[in-house]
Amino acid sequence: MRILKEIINKKSGRIAFFVLILLYFSVIFAPFFAPYPYDDDDVLHSYAPPTKIHFLNLKEKQFGPFIYGQTYEVNEYYQRVYQKDESKIYPIKFFTKGFKYKFLGLWETDRHLFGVGKGKIYLLGADLKGRDIFTRILYGGRISLSIGLIGAAISLFIGLIVGGLSGYFGGRVDNFTMRICEMVMMIPSFYLMLALRASFPPNLSSTQVYLLIIVILSFIGWAATARIIRGMAISLRENEYVYAAKAMGLSHFKIIIRHILPHTLSYALVAIVLRIPAYILGEAGLSLIGLGIQEPEASWGNLLSSAMGIVNIRLFPWILIPGLFIVVTVVCFNMLGDTLRDILDPKRRIL
Amino acid sequence: MGRFILKRLVFSLPLLLGITFLTFLFIQIAPGDFLDKLRLNPQVSQEAIKIYEQKFHLDKPLMVQYFVWLRNILKGDFGYSFSFKAKVFDVVSSRLFNTFILSLSSLIFTWIFVIPLGVIAALKRNKFTDRFLSFTSYLGISAPSFFLAFIFLYLATFTGWLPLGGMRSIRFEEFSLLGKIIDIGKHLIIPTLVLSIGSICVLQRIMRANLLEVLGSPYILGAKARGLPKIRILYIHALKNALNPMITIFGYQFSALLSGAALVEIIIGWPGLGVVTLEAVRSQDIYLVMGSVLAGGALLILGNLVADILLGFFDPRIRYDKT
Repeated sequence: MRILKEIINKKSGRIAFFVLILLYFSVIFAPFFAPYPYDDDDVLHSYAPPTKIHFLNLKEKQFGPFIYGQTYEVNEYYQRVYQKDESKIYPIKFFTKGFKYKFLGLWETDRHLFGVGKGKIYLLGADLKGRDIFTRILYGGRISLSIGLIGAAISLFIGLIVGGLSGYFGGRVDNFTMRICEMVMMIPSFYLMLALRASFPPNLSSTQVYLLIIVILSFIGWAATARIIRGMAISLRENEYVYAAKAMGLSHFKIIIRHILPHTLSYALVAIVLRIPAYILGEAGLSLIGLGIQEPEASWGNLLSSAMGIVNIRLFPWILIPGLFIVVTVVCFNMLGDTLRDILDPKRRIL
Repeated sequence: MGRFILKRLVFSLPLLLGITFLTFLFIQIAPGDFLDKLRLNPQVSQEAIKIYEQKFHLDKPLMVQYFVWLRNILKGDFGYSFSFKAKVFDVVSSRLFNTFILSLSSLIFTWIFVIPLGVIAALKRNKFTDRFLSFTSYLGISAPSFFLAFIFLYLATFTGWLPLGGMRSIRFEEFSLLGKIIDIGKHLIIPTLVLSIGSICVLQRIMRANLLEVLGSPYILGAKARGLPKIRILYIHALKNALNPMITIFGYQFSALLSGAALVEIIIGWPGLGVVTLEAVRSQDIYLVMGSVLAGGALLILGNLVADILLGFFDPRIRYDKT
C-alpha cells in the first residue's frame, strides 16, 4: 500500500499507473465497451475507414453525436471508396442495447456503452472482413495483456526457485544450472521461440496456443531472473541469521523460502514489471508471423499481421493502430518499473 | 592472443552442441516430419519414401540421427533442404551473408550515434538536451522493432525515395558493380534504421551513466585540480574508461540484434536467416532448421569473441596471453 502511494506521488508513475488501470479495466469489460462481437464480420464494410462522428446537422435538425450511413463505389483500380450517405443519420446512443454477452461471465445482459442502432460505427476503422478494429483491440487486449502478466509471473517463480537453490547450495549444482542459464540466454530468443513452437503441431485450438505461448515465453524468460536471484542468494547466505537458522536445525528448503527469497522480493517486483513488455512483444511477434493466436480470435499481434502487405499499410493505415496500443502499454510498464526501482532501490537511480 | 582465441573457440564448441541438440530434440518431438508431404503425394511411390527414410536415417532412434548429422557436418555435409531442394550449406550461407550485412550496418549505425549522444547527454546533465534525449529514448526503447518497421514502410510509401522492402531491385542484374552496391545500400536504409533505433536509445543512456560515473571519480578530480584542460580530461582520461563497459555490451548486443533482425527481416522481406528459419520451421525442414540455428550460433560466438578481443585492445589491464 505504501508503495502504491509512492507511485502515485510521482508524476511518471502516476500517469503510467492510471493508463494501465484504464487499459486493463477496458479489456476486462471488453464486451460492454465494444459495440459488436469480436468476430462480427460485414462484407459491405471491408476496410472501412474510421467513422467520423458529427455533432450538428441544421437541415435535419440533428444535435448531439451522430454518424452518417456509408456507401461505397468501386474506382478504376477496383478499390472501394467509401462515402458518407447524408440521407441516413444514426444518432449515437449511450447505454443502449446490443448483442448479448455475459457480464464478467456471471449474468447475461445486452447493455453496451454506446451503439448506433442499425448503422455501423467503426471508431478505429474496419479490417478485411469488415470487423470493427476497436472491438477487436479490446478483445485482443485480453490475450495480450494477460499473457504479459501470467508469463512474467511464471518465469519469475521459476527464476526465484532455481536462482535461490543454485545460489544457496553453490558448487556443482550452481555450476550446472548457470551453464544452462547461459545457454538459454545466449540463443537468440526469436530462434528459440521458433524452435520451441516447432515442437508442437501447427494447428492447435486457441486456448492451447494461448497456454503454449505462455509456456514458451516463460521457458525463455526464467534464465535472466534466475541468474540475478542467484547472485543475491550467494551474498544472502553468508548472513548471520542464515547461520543461526541452520544452527537451529531449519531445513534447507525452509531457509531458502523464509530467509533468502523474501530479501529478493523488492528486486523481483521491479523485475516482473520491467519484464512484462518482453512477454507482450513475444506474443505479438509470434502471432504476427502466424505462429501464435489464430483468427478469428484476436490479439494485438495478429491484428497487426494484416499490415504485412505494403499495399494494405498504404491504403488502410488504421490497421496499424493495434501497434500503438502495444507501444503505449510497453511505455507504461517501463515507466512503472522505473518508478518502482527508484522507490525500492534508490542507489540505482543514475539511469 | 592467438592462444586465447583458440581457447575461446574450443570452449564455445559445447555451447554449439547444446544449442543444436536442443533444437534437434524440439523439432523431433513435433508430430510428423518433412516426408509427410511426400507420403500424401500419390505420385511418389512407397519405395522412394523408403529410400529417403534410409538415406536420412529417419527410421533410426533420435540420438543416432543426431550423431549422423554431426558426423556429416565434420565431413562438410550440412544436409539437404527439402523445401528449397538444395544443399543446406548453399541456402544458409547466402542468407547468412545477407543477415550479416544487415547486422553489421546496424551495428555501425548504432555506434556512430551512441557515443556522441551519450557524451552530450552526460555533459548537459539535467538540462533540456538531456531531458529531451531521455524522453525520446523512452519512446525508442518501448517501440517494438516490428512496429517501427511498419511505420517506416508507411512513411516510405509517401516519399517514394526508398524501396519498400526486399534487398534488390527487380533490375538488379542489369546494374554495374557500383550500381549494385548503391542499390543494396538503398534497401538497407529502412531495416538498419528500424534495428538501430532501439539499441541507440538504450545504449546512449548507459553511455551517459558510465561517463557520469567516471567523471565523478577521484582521479578526474585530481586531473582537474592539476589544471588539465577540460577537453583533455574528457576525451583522454574520462571517455576511454567510460567506453570499457560498452565494449562488453557490444558483444551481447549481437544476440539481441540477431533475434530482432529475424522479425524485421520477415516484415521487410530481407532475404536473411530469419526468413529461412521461419520457412524451415513451418515446413519441418529439419536440416535447414539445424543449419540456420548453427549459423546463428556461430555468428553469436564470433560476435562475443570480437568483443573480447576489442576489450583486450582498449583495456590494458586485461592480458589474455598470461592466462
